[in-house]
Amino acid sequence: MKTGDTSIRVRDLTKRFGTFTAVDRICFDVKEGEIFGFLGANGAGKTTAMRILCGLSKPTSGEGTVAGCDIADAEQIKRRIGYMSQKFSLYENLKVWENIRLFAGIYGISAKETARRTDEMLERIGFAHGKNALVKSLPLGWKQKLAFSTAIFHHPKIVFLDEPTGGVDPVTRRQFWELICEASERGVTVFVTTHYMDEAEYCHRVSIMVDGRIEALDTPQNLRAKYQANSMDEVFRQLAGKAKRMENCKK
Amino acid sequence: MKNNSPFSVHRNSPFIALAGKEFRHIFRDVRTILLLLVMPAAQIILFGFAVTTEIKETPIAVFDPSKNVSTARLIKRIDASEYFRVEQMLHHPDEITGVFGEGKIRLALVFGDGFGGSPALDGRASLQIVADATDPNQAGTLTQYLSAVIGDEYRSQLPAADAPPSIVPVVKMLYNPEMKSVYNFVPGVMGLIFLLICAMMTSISIVRERETGTMEVLLASPVKPSLIIAAKAVPYLALSAVNYCTVLLLSVLVLGVPVAGSLALLTVASSLYIVVSLLLGLFISTVVRTQKAAMIASGMGLMIPVMLLSGLIFPVANMPVALQWLSSVVPARWYIRAMRGIMIEGLPLTAVRLEIAVLCAMGVVLLVVSLKKFKVRLE
Repeated sequence: MKTGDTSIRVRDLTKRFGTFTAVDRICFDVKEGEIFGFLGANGAGKTTAMRILCGLSKPTSGEGTVAGCDIADAEQIKRRIGYMSQKFSLYENLKVWENIRLFAGIYGISAKETARRTDEMLERIGFAHGKNALVKSLPLGWKQKLAFSTAIFHHPKIVFLDEPTGGVDPVTRRQFWELICEASERGVTVFVTTHYMDEAEYCHRVSIMVDGRIEALDTPQNLRAKYQANSMDEVFRQLAGKAKRMENCKK
Repeated sequence: MKNNSPFSVHRNSPFIALAGKEFRHIFRDVRTILLLLVMPAAQIILFGFAVTTEIKETPIAVFDPSKNVSTARLIKRIDASEYFRVEQMLHHPDEITGVFGEGKIRLALVFGDGFGGSPALDGRASLQIVADATDPNQAGTLTQYLSAVIGDEYRSQLPAADAPPSIVPVVKMLYNPEMKSVYNFVPGVMGLIFLLICAMMTSISIVRERETGTMEVLLASPVKPSLIIAAKAVPYLALSAVNYCTVLLLSVLVLGVPVAGSLALLTVASSLYIVVSLLLGLFISTVVRTQKAAMIASGMGLMIPVMLLSGLIFPVANMPVALQWLSSVVPARWYIRAMRGIMIEGLPLTAVRLEIAVLCAMGVVLLVVSLKKFKVRLE
């Protein structure tokens, strides 16, 4: 029963930590090659949900498939996805090519193929001159672009980006998003969480999580129209304003 | 889970890639590598030559108002012994405080007025030993040694027939006849070094990956967590092996400490301890969150107990019972005991089986607990 163009499919996914329900029966589909924005305030449960999809955490209940594999089969999922964490995810003490070779080795790519793809990748992002640079000597913008390029180096079907642009200036963020769009055009599904609402506008579709549930899911245009807002920022404020969790925490 | 045989290491090379990364991390930082390779050698040399608790050529001062044959003989004998050297002859008892103050001497010997003739004849000979007790342990040892030398002299003056029926214990120092403290330090320093390299470095390097977020990326890759940890251990194992050879060679060639027992057994015991140290590092990394905490936990939680409780400095047998119990959870205590047994006393495996068994048990417990904790962390 392969649908072919469905990349992620989730039904009633739930994650509880004790009595706290971090993710509450969420359902959604993501199409192949889609840039899917996964928004929500801090503590809304988006990181937890994303960790389940990446095979880093097991759901309490619910079902789904990621890149054609059941979410219970973390091993197979991990082979088919790329992941870029919230924190910067390359090794600062290694050179650029050493980082690439490390991740290529982890995914079992041969040395010859690695060398070929490395040159091609550095050429594409315009960083051929920095192959031998230590990562810690690079500006944050380059680090982030390299981290993304490394995350998709093994040609995953889906790449998960957990707040990839935190602490980066707007110009660099824009360049970073150009890379994301390129990847999407090549057929890579991009699943991205972000705090920046201007970035939400770049996504093909956006879901907004509030208190562990998905409150809204549509294209940015449709969401703006539905909530009669001028920007995604306004949409987000209206929805996130309903959150009860933070107030409960304060009590 | 299914098609992941342990031989996947050979099929594709994630293990080699990860271990290579670990090596590069260590070798890129020249200071770290110097610290890890030079420090053990320096420690052995330092402990061997500088920090000695043995008594050798201790400078003493003598006040001898009577200046007769008997006192001269005694002084000569003391000076001739390998333990003492008469640094200064005093002219007045008041000078004693002065010479101690200058730090020239550790001990002063004061003859009583009219000390002379044969003490056996008039039965009265008074003699005072003044010691610098800023280091009470050493002061005690020094006075004991000096009393022994004086006792020897006293007995030798008596004609054999007149000897009073006194009990004279004949002390024989086994295994370490010269009472060289370096014999004790070599196993101790090994215990410290392996702990430092394996436990401290491993815990810091795992926690660092968690702090920087790279651990998360590795875990999101198809590599198994156990493989990530194993790859991390490889460079520290290699460094430990190098250090094991350095320390052993230095002790044998430079310090003259013999390897009395089986070298193979020594190596097995050390490998076991190295593995236990690695597991300790893994365990620490599962309970702390930051690199600083890892450093403090391995520093305070491991190094200090090793220094104080393992028998490296203070003999376990002299500790209060509560501390002896506490010391039995310190792996280094068992390792150092086994090392002393094998290396210095030349004991076979059967004699150190308890120590080996305890280390094995500790390793298993640490492995089980760490794996459990590591998994929980992932959830």
